[in-house]
Amino acid sequence: MFLLTLLLIPVIAAILLLFVHKQATINAITIGASLLVLSIAIVILNVNAADFDEQWLPLLNSRFVLHTDGLAKLLVLLTAISFPAIFIATQKNETSQKNIFNSLLLFTQAGLLGVFLTADALAFYFFWELALIPVYFLCSIWGGEKRIAVTFKFFIYTFLGSLFMLIGIVYLYMHTADHSFAIKALLESRLTATQQNSVFALFFLAFAIKMPIFPLHTWQPDAYEQSPTSVTMVLSAVMVKMGLYGVIRWLIPLFPIAFAGHANLVITLSVIGIIYASFIAIRQDDLKRLIAYSSIAHIGLMNAALFTQKQIGAQGVLIQLFSHGINVLGLWIIADIIEQQTGTRSMKAMGGLAKKQPTLAILLVGFAFANIALPLTNAFVGEFLMFNALFQFNVWMAALAGVSVILAAIYTLNMVQKVAYGEVGDLMQKMNTPSKQAQWVLMILLAIVFITGVYPQFLFTITADTLQQMFVK
Amino acid sequence: MNAIIVSALMGVIMMFSSWIFNNARLQKIIALFGLLFLVVANLAQSNGVYTFEIDSKGMLAYTSLGLYFNTILFVLTLIYVWINGEEIEKIGNHSADFYALFFFILCGVSVLTSFNNLLMLFIGIEILSIPLYILTGSDKKNLTSNEASLKYFLMGSFSTGILLLGITFIYGATGGFHLEPPIINPKTGLTNEHFLLSAGLILIFVAMNFKVSAAPFHFWTPDVYDGAPTVFTSFMATIVKVAGFVAYIKIFDAEAIALGFAWRLLLGFVIIATLLVGNITAVFQRSVKRMLAYSSIAQAGFMLFALYGTSSFNNEGLILYAVAYSVATIGLFAVLIKMKDYSFESFNGLAKKEPLLAFVTTVFLFSLAGIPLTAGFFAKYYMLNALLLGGAGLWLLIIAILFAAVSISYYFKLVQAMYFISGEPALGEIKKSYIHKLVLLAVIIIVLGVFPSLLINYLYY
Repeated sequence: MFLLTLLLIPVIAAILLLFVHKQATINAITIGASLLVLSIAIVILNVNAADFDEQWLPLLNSRFVLHTDGLAKLLVLLTAISFPAIFIATQKNETSQKNIFNSLLLFTQAGLLGVFLTADALAFYFFWELALIPVYFLCSIWGGEKRIAVTFKFFIYTFLGSLFMLIGIVYLYMHTADHSFAIKALLESRLTATQQNSVFALFFLAFAIKMPIFPLHTWQPDAYEQSPTSVTMVLSAVMVKMGLYGVIRWLIPLFPIAFAGHANLVITLSVIGIIYASFIAIRQDDLKRLIAYSSIAHIGLMNAALFTQKQIGAQGVLIQLFSHGINVLGLWIIADIIEQQTGTRSMKAMGGLAKKQPTLAILLVGFAFANIALPLTNAFVGEFLMFNALFQFNVWMAALAGVSVILAAIYTLNMVQKVAYGEVGDLMQKMNTPSKQAQWVLMILLAIVFITGVYPQFLFTITADTLQQMFVK
Repeated sequence: MNAIIVSALMGVIMMFSSWIFNNARLQKIIALFGLLFLVVANLAQSNGVYTFEIDSKGMLAYTSLGLYFNTILFVLTLIYVWINGEEIEKIGNHSADFYALFFFILCGVSVLTSFNNLLMLFIGIEILSIPLYILTGSDKKNLTSNEASLKYFLMGSFSTGILLLGITFIYGATGGFHLEPPIINPKTGLTNEHFLLSAGLILIFVAMNFKVSAAPFHFWTPDVYDGAPTVFTSFMATIVKVAGFVAYIKIFDAEAIALGFAWRLLLGFVIIATLLVGNITAVFQRSVKRMLAYSSIAQAGFMLFALYGTSSFNNEGLILYAVAYSVATIGLFAVLIKMKDYSFESFNGLAKKEPLLAFVTTVFLFSLAGIPLTAGFFAKYYMLNALLLGGAGLWLLIIAILFAAVSISYYFKLVQAMYFISGEPALGEIKKSYIHKLVLLAVIIIVLGVFPSLLINYLYY
């Protein structure tokens, strides 16, 4: 029951919001609901919540099962932290029909939590799609100028990917002994290597589009740029993790042979993506696009590390899933504050943030360091482990991927330089002190960055059981 | 037998009721009660109460599946008349005539769900088709309606001719018309009779493809659907089409074995062609009505999956698909009727003006596109399952999926128009109660989208 409340709270709040029109009440309901989810997420970190298991479709033998393990807990925590952070930091933003906007975001949250919690393949597909639908409306209604075409491209890409996954699910279902979608039954369906290869391809396509992996990434920078920033935050902090989550939860245990067989190909694609995205990031002038490309590079590295099949790499990925979410969230919130107040995303027009708003500038530098993965920040721990695994897998791959660290330093520091230093630009003159709440959110996020950077043991403990399942057979 | 007799009787009653009462509202109420009576009579038969029983010498055979399809199609007609009653009154002078035609069509439907003899198949199809030709041309002063009717009549008669020829061949080969027990002995080698039999089956295959508008025999569909008055298009595209599929499945479940491997090949070709033609052409339509006509071809492609194998998913899937597709299509046409013109642009900004109407339209479109949480998703899911169990290769599923993705583009064009493009929708007068009826349809779709078992369980009672 406890796990079910995690899904029910956002849904109920979202439905309530449809009937509320007063600004203050809207904010109270949204933030209240998301904080409630956060508190439950923190509780289940320590308490092993009982599975929620109900009959759903008796004829298909599909059950509605919610189950937690380390990986699920970690991503639920990330989702639960991100949403209140987003709501609180952006609550002052001008949005038309804010009740519907927030309502759709809460539906997204419910979908995401469902994806991370469910242990049934059909329900997984269900939630996978449900998380996408509200985002489609959010981006298309409240997005930038080219929103309709861009969001449609994003939608078609991900929808096509998930349809491929659906075929994979149907196929697996046919090959289970008792025709069921339960992950346990799927694990027992012993597929031959050829079968594994084809089904692996179907699943991986869905996940690769979501992450996204080169060359399937083309939807992402446009979608990030055109979406309203709160949605971009959800997309890049939480939603892209769905792809990696899918790989860890479904691909690795279900198709071990195909997984190992495709390692070289996938890692090569990932590394190409990392370098490619980093180079493009250097050339970007638009703050949002820069963060988008940097995100592609980071996710690519995580995917590459996962496919090395090394325990140390998987450990790094598990940590980085959480850390990347926090870091990128911090960067987006700052970018949003600047854009809201100056009305521009072009870095050429910025400059002098440090003189005008020193607090914000310090926060920006903090998150920038985390983006480069400097020691003391959370990203360092994860990236160190991941590079280690890549090095064990193939020295050349590690070397090539390692270039991305240097490139990341170039574009991130360049960004800091353009935004924070130099003469105070005309537009920057308009910068006021960001709201107290936004500052608090940023400080808490930055605190998480450094705490998990210095003491990552906490994350190791949470994910220990997942790691054990992955590598001890 | 109950359904056949009651529907025929009701048809006659409706014919005379226009003579006695000259009140359109009353006619609608009589028709609704008649439909209700029909549903009850059919349910009674499903539960073993045979009010009318005539010895048909095995030409008709009642299976639980056939009776269940009867119930579904009658209830769908009930919903259809309940929603569209006022629109039907606007066409022609005597709405009772149209209701009478509906009942005759339903009589044909009940023959098609229970025939066990190829002659009965022919009779059923004729009872079903002739009222349809009239309905298509019922907008007497509209040239396109006349053209559509003539076209439909000519092409329809031609395809019925082909059907008859096929039946004759089969009679020549086997000396009988019965489906059960099978007329075909699969062990007989490729004799002269066998050749005649295969030829006959292929001719029936062609005729049935014509009836369910599967490519490459679909050419009549867009013109007829476009030309017919929109209310009747809605009826033709849903209830009539589903009945066609039931008959189609009935024949080939019993007989496909005679064609051997060629059956899969033929069907595979028709499936791919239908998906291709329906989806790709729908993308380029400017008129929503025409788009829906092509979308109905595309959806037929998906329904054809139910013929591919012989698993329990076939029937379950077809039931689910029939309901999901029909409810959504009836809903969409009901919205379309209220628009002043049928272009995509006329939907611009509908969400601002009528948020509830836009929402239900979105639910219908999502269901047709097969998005989770709507009945359409499980319908597609069952069909994919049926295809895979039927022994299709993954490649056929992948093709199907690719076209499902293409279908997103035209369904979502309407969503985009309603929600993301601002403008003044060309919406005619619309009553609150009308929208609430549509909300009920949306609720059905969503409930079935979460618990499809509600529908399928009944098959096994």
